[in-house]
Amino acid sequence: MAEHILLRDLDVPDIKAFDVYVQHGGYEALRKAVGMTPAAVIDVVKASNLRGRGGAGFPTGVKWSFIPQSEPVKYVVVNADESEPGTFKDRQILEGNPHQLIEGAMIAAYAIQATAVYIYLRGEFWDIAANLDACIEDARKEGLIGPDVLGSGWSCEMYTHLGAGAYICGEESALLNSLQGLLGQPRVRPPFPAQKGGGLYYEATVVNNVETLTNVPWIITHGAEEYKKIGTPESPGPKIYCLSGHVAKPGNYELPLGITFRELIFEHAGGIPDGKQLKAILPSGASGPVLPATDAVLDTPLTYEAVAQIGSTLGSASIILMDETVNVAWAASKMMKFFAHESCGKCTPCREGTYWLRRRYEALLDGRAQARDIAILDDVASQMTGVTLCALGEFAVNPVRATIKHFRADYEAWIKQEAAEDKKAAKPAPAREKAAAR
Amino acid sequence: MLKDKYADRIEKIFAKYADKRSAVMSLLYLAQEEYGYVTEDACAEIAALIGTDPTQVRSIAGFYTMFREEPKGRYWLQVCTDLPCALRGADKFYEELLQELGIEDGGTTPDGMFTVEHVMCLAACDRAPMLQCNFHYHEHLDMDTMRALIAQWRAEAGVLAEAAAVGDAPAE
Ligand SMILES: Cc1cc2nc3c(=O)[nH]c(=O)nc-3n(C[C@H](O)[C@H](O)[C@H](O)COP(=O)(O)O)c2cc1C
Ligand code: SF4
Ligand code: FES
Repeated sequence: MAEHILLRDLDVPDIKAFDVYVQHGGYEALRKAVGMTPAAVIDVVKASNLRGRGGAGFPTGVKWSFIPQSEPVKYVVVNADESEPGTFKDRQILEGNPHQLIEGAMIAAYAIQATAVYIYLRGEFWDIAANLDACIEDARKEGLIGPDVLGSGWSCEMYTHLGAGAYICGEESALLNSLQGLLGQPRVRPPFPAQKGGGLYYEATVVNNVETLTNVPWIITHGAEEYKKIGTPESPGPKIYCLSGHVAKPGNYELPLGITFRELIFEHAGGIPDGKQLKAILPSGASGPVLPATDAVLDTPLTYEAVAQIGSTLGSASIILMDETVNVAWAASKMMKFFAHESCGKCTPCREGTYWLRRRYEALLDGRAQARDIAILDDVASQMTGVTLCALGEFAVNPVRATIKHFRADYEAWIKQEAAEDKKAAKPAPAREKAAAR
Repeated sequence: MLKDKYADRIEKIFAKYADKRSAVMSLLYLAQEEYGYVTEDACAEIAALIGTDPTQVRSIAGFYTMFREEPKGRYWLQVCTDLPCALRGADKFYEELLQELGIEDGGTTPDGMFTVEHVMCLAACDRAPMLQCNFHYHEHLDMDTMRALIAQWRAEAGVLAEAAAVGDAPAE
């Protein structure tokens, strides 16, 4: 793509300033939208087949159309919790092109006739929230937010809200609880957020990811047909791919959906550093199954469907790369540590399962595991499948089962190496254990 | 009392929400700013402000990693050692930082200057090793830049301490 649609800060460095954004056509899409009927706005977004960029890929226009128009109080909540390991795309939008998110969120709010928009930011985005507040103020002064938006007769406020460090608050129902000042744990569904009883303050609510909404102004301006020329028919549009780990040029890449892993990694991101071989790919952070870096995988297009077909998920396209020096069982232990830390504790299989799995991985890395432990890990993980209240419990199974499936030899290497070698040569015990032993 | 000292700020926070309870996290941040950590008294104060009981507020504080339930060092360093950062040397960086300060994982230096913890992904994986210090990011770190930062923070704290000694610091 010659020009960026989302990461426009790469083309126009000062686009974060209100005036510069407006000079480059900013807020024209909102102007256009409020001249249309709300239903017509939803129809355009539906026709574009924009799919949610927060991980699940749910069609955005369809989500908006679930909102019962008869409800007097409705909300839009922007999910800016961005806490999946390897994900840092929403941050670049928030820092570099914040007005486009604000505009997209206002268009969503108009489409469902919302009374207020809340932007829920991960707590660490402290400086970003302060800047966003200033941006909202700039837009409010111009009549783009607040009472009688652009003389349309529709009024809508916008506020930021800071989280405080909890991955689970990215899960939409936990996010809503957190925003209500309750414990940030998922809700039992139905009712879903779009339904009365399921959303913010139990009112009908649309929850969308930052990147999703940042697509919306372009779609309104250029139309669904133009949008569908980017990407593939099932997965249209541009996508921000976050590349991290063993890659020459880590960072965000805005490219169409449907390019291959190979193009992304080797043509755009400079390949693998130090002449090393690529060994494993995590396409969706810690949450999706790992893939071995075979030719078949590398030639797979990055779409929701194609990545699912080869046994993983595109998720939010936070792609973590590991070269030949990495023992993937070690990587699995890191991911399990993450999930054990982030399990909210509400349901037993996830709370106990992640705790127990983390302990088994510590044993593996300390050289206390035996060959049969591999089967035990796999078995415990499989018992968590399908019985947890939210998807975190499902995500936590992936680091175990997928790494064992594709990289069993790495587990065996830990077991053998530790058994054969002097314990002193092994990795030093984690500091926390040292502290406990005192 | 937060209520008297920050009446304006608290009013502004309440104005954002349809329910006062939603203000609990903002008020916990405010309490932390004021007292250095979330004290028992602060929980009671906040509970009274939002119309709930202190235990509820305490449980919210305990749920999130950014609320401190005990005093920590003046500079609270949270180093990301999650997988993407670890692939770019964050574990080694973390060990060296602990060594440099002569403390263990999660520990505080005896002078109360630094508390060092390791944390999960902070959405800065392309700029590893990185850390968050009192809610501000420092990225692309190595031990040389880290030593310079430590020296800078020590100097800053020295200036503050001197100011306090001559009595310009707010009385508390
Ligand atoms: C454990 C967990 C964590 C999640 N974290 C995030 C997140 O940080 N940001 C996000 O946008 N969606 C996250 N999601 C997905 C949200 O629940 C929700 O699907 C999404 O915000 C919907 O927006 P979209 O349709 O625009 O993608 C998470 C889901 C789960 C289960
Ligand atoms: S699956 Fe895990 S994170 Fe989700 S509700 Fe259950 S305990 Fe909480
Ligand atoms: S893994 Fe360290 S910031 Fe993401």
